[in-house]
Amino acid sequence: MVYAQQLFGQFFGTEWGMMLFSLTKNLLLIFAIVLPLLLGVAYLTLAERKIIAFMQIRVGPNRVTFFGIPWLAGWGQPIADAVKAMMKEIIVPSRANKFLFVLAPVLTIAPALAAWAVVPFSAEMVLADINAGLLYILAMTSMGVYGVIIAGWASNSKYAFLGTMRTAAQLVSYELAMGFALVCVLMMSQSLNLGDIVKGQQGGSFINWYLIPLFPMFLVYFISGVAETNRAPFDVAEGESEIVAGYHVEYSGMAFTVFYLAEYANMILVAILASIMFLGGWLPPFNIVPFTLIPGFIWLLLKIAFLLFCFLWFRATFPRYRYDQIMRLGWKVFIPITLVWIVLLGGVMQLPSSILGVFPLNLWIH
Amino acid sequence: MSFPEISFYFFATVLVLSALGVITSRNPVHSALLLVLAFFTSAGLWLMLGAEFLAITLVLVYVGAVMVLFLFVVMMLDINLDSLREGFWKWFPFGAFLGLVMAAEVSMVLMNKSFGVNQLPVPPLHAADYSNTKELGRLIYTEYVYAFELAAVILLVAMVAAIALTLRRRSGRKFLDPAQQVAVKRKDRVRIVSMPSEKKE
Repeated sequence: MVYAQQLFGQFFGTEWGMMLFSLTKNLLLIFAIVLPLLLGVAYLTLAERKIIAFMQIRVGPNRVTFFGIPWLAGWGQPIADAVKAMMKEIIVPSRANKFLFVLAPVLTIAPALAAWAVVPFSAEMVLADINAGLLYILAMTSMGVYGVIIAGWASNSKYAFLGTMRTAAQLVSYELAMGFALVCVLMMSQSLNLGDIVKGQQGGSFINWYLIPLFPMFLVYFISGVAETNRAPFDVAEGESEIVAGYHVEYSGMAFTVFYLAEYANMILVAILASIMFLGGWLPPFNIVPFTLIPGFIWLLLKIAFLLFCFLWFRATFPRYRYDQIMRLGWKVFIPITLVWIVLLGGVMQLPSSILGVFPLNLWIH
Repeated sequence: MSFPEISFYFFATVLVLSALGVITSRNPVHSALLLVLAFFTSAGLWLMLGAEFLAITLVLVYVGAVMVLFLFVVMMLDINLDSLREGFWKWFPFGAFLGLVMAAEVSMVLMNKSFGVNQLPVPPLHAADYSNTKELGRLIYTEYVYAFELAAVILLVAMVAAIALTLRRRSGRKFLDPAQQVAVKRKDRVRIVSMPSEKKE
C-alpha cells in the first residue's frame, strides 16, 4: 500500500499523486463492494425462485448448468437470464421523452448502490466511516423514488403512470415510519455512525441487541422496508393483475433489468441495515467460544440471509394489500406506534441513573 | 488549482446552470427535475463547507419529499404553453421590478460594511470526530429551544389547517373499517347446516 502510494507520488507529483492514489484506492474498494453485491443480487433471484418453488411444492429452475455438470443444475440460471436481458432490444415507446426514459433506470440503481458506501461489514471494513452515516443512508434511499417517477412519466403510458402514482405515494409514506423507527435506534446508540451503532450493542449475548428493547420498532422498520422496496405484499406498484406491471411496463431488455437489479439491491440493503441496527451487525449471538470462532462477517451474512429469506417467505405467503389499506397501515398504524415509542424511550432515558443502572435497563442504555 | 477548488467550481457551475434551466426550460417537468439537481448540487456545496447535517437534510427533505410531491403535481397538470406565455409582456415590467428589488436587497446584505463576507470570522477547523449533527442538536434544544418550538408549532398549525381545508364529508360514500373486518369470526359469516341426503326415488 505504501509502495503504491510512493509510485503514484513519483509519477504525478506529491499533491496530485496523493489525490490520484486515494481515487484509485476508493474506486477499487467500490468495485470490491459492488461486484459481490451484483453477484448476490443475481443469486438472490435464483434463491427467490427456488425457495418459492419449494414452498409451492414445485422444483423451480433446474435446467441451466455449467459445463454440463448435473449437480449444478439451476445454478447457471441467473447468468443465462443476464445474457438474455443483454441481448434483447430496448424499445422506446413513441412520443416518449427519450432522455428521461433512459435516465430513469440509472436514477433507480445509483442511489441503491450509493447507499452501500457507509455500510460497515465488520469493525474495520467500511468504505466511508462518516459521522452522519444513518442520515446519509436515509437521504440516498429517499432519492430512489425519482427513478420510479421519471420512468412512469417518461414512458408516455397510462399504466406506467398509474404505477408511478401508487409507488410515489407509498414510498413517501413509508419513509416517515422508517425514519421514526430509526430515530429510536439513534436515541439508544446516541450516534449516527453505523459502526458505533453496532458497537453500542456489544455485550455478553444477543440480549444486548436493540432487537429486544426496540422490538416493535424492528417490526415497523422491516415491514416499512418491505413496502419501500415494493415487494409483496406491498407490490401494488407492480400489481400485474391490475395495472400490468406498473411503472416499468414499457421497459424491456437491459433497461428493465436495471430496475430489477435495483429492487433486489434495495432488498439486500434493507436486510443489512436491519441486521446492523437491530440484530447486532457482525456480533455473534453469544460471546463464548464456539460462536466467537466464526468471523463477524459470516455472522452478518447469516443475519442478512435470514432477513432476505423472510422477504421471499412474505411473497409466497401473503396476498397483496389493497391500496387504501397500505396507506392506513403506514399513516394510521406505524407512525402513531413509532411516535409513542419515541416518547416512551425518551422518558426511560431521562430516568435517574440509579434506576438505569439496575438489571434489565443497564444492558442497553449506556 | 487544488482539488477542493476544482470541485467547488464544478458544483457552482452545475448549480448556476441548473438554476438557469429551471426558469428557461419549456417543459415544467424538466424544470422541476432541474430544481432537484440544483438542490442536490447545493447540498454538495454545503458538504464542502463542513455542514454535513444541513447538506444531508436538504437532500432528505427537499429532494426526497418536497420535490417528489412537486413533481407529482406538475406531472398531472395539462399545461398549455401558449396560454401561459400570453401575458408575458404585460407582466414583464412588474416582474423586472420585483427582480430588481430582490437583487438590491441581496446586495445590501452582502456589500454592507458591517455584514460583508470579509467581516465574517473564519470558521474553525474541526477534528475528525467532530459531529455537526450533535452540535446542532445541542444548540437547537438548549439555546434556541423557544424559537425551535415556535417554528414546530407553526408547522403543526399549517399541517392541521391543510388537512382541515381539504377534509370534506361526502354523503353516500361506502366505508370499510379494517378493525371490524379483521375481527370477523367464521360464525358471523358462515352457517353450517346439516341436511340429510336426499333419498332416491
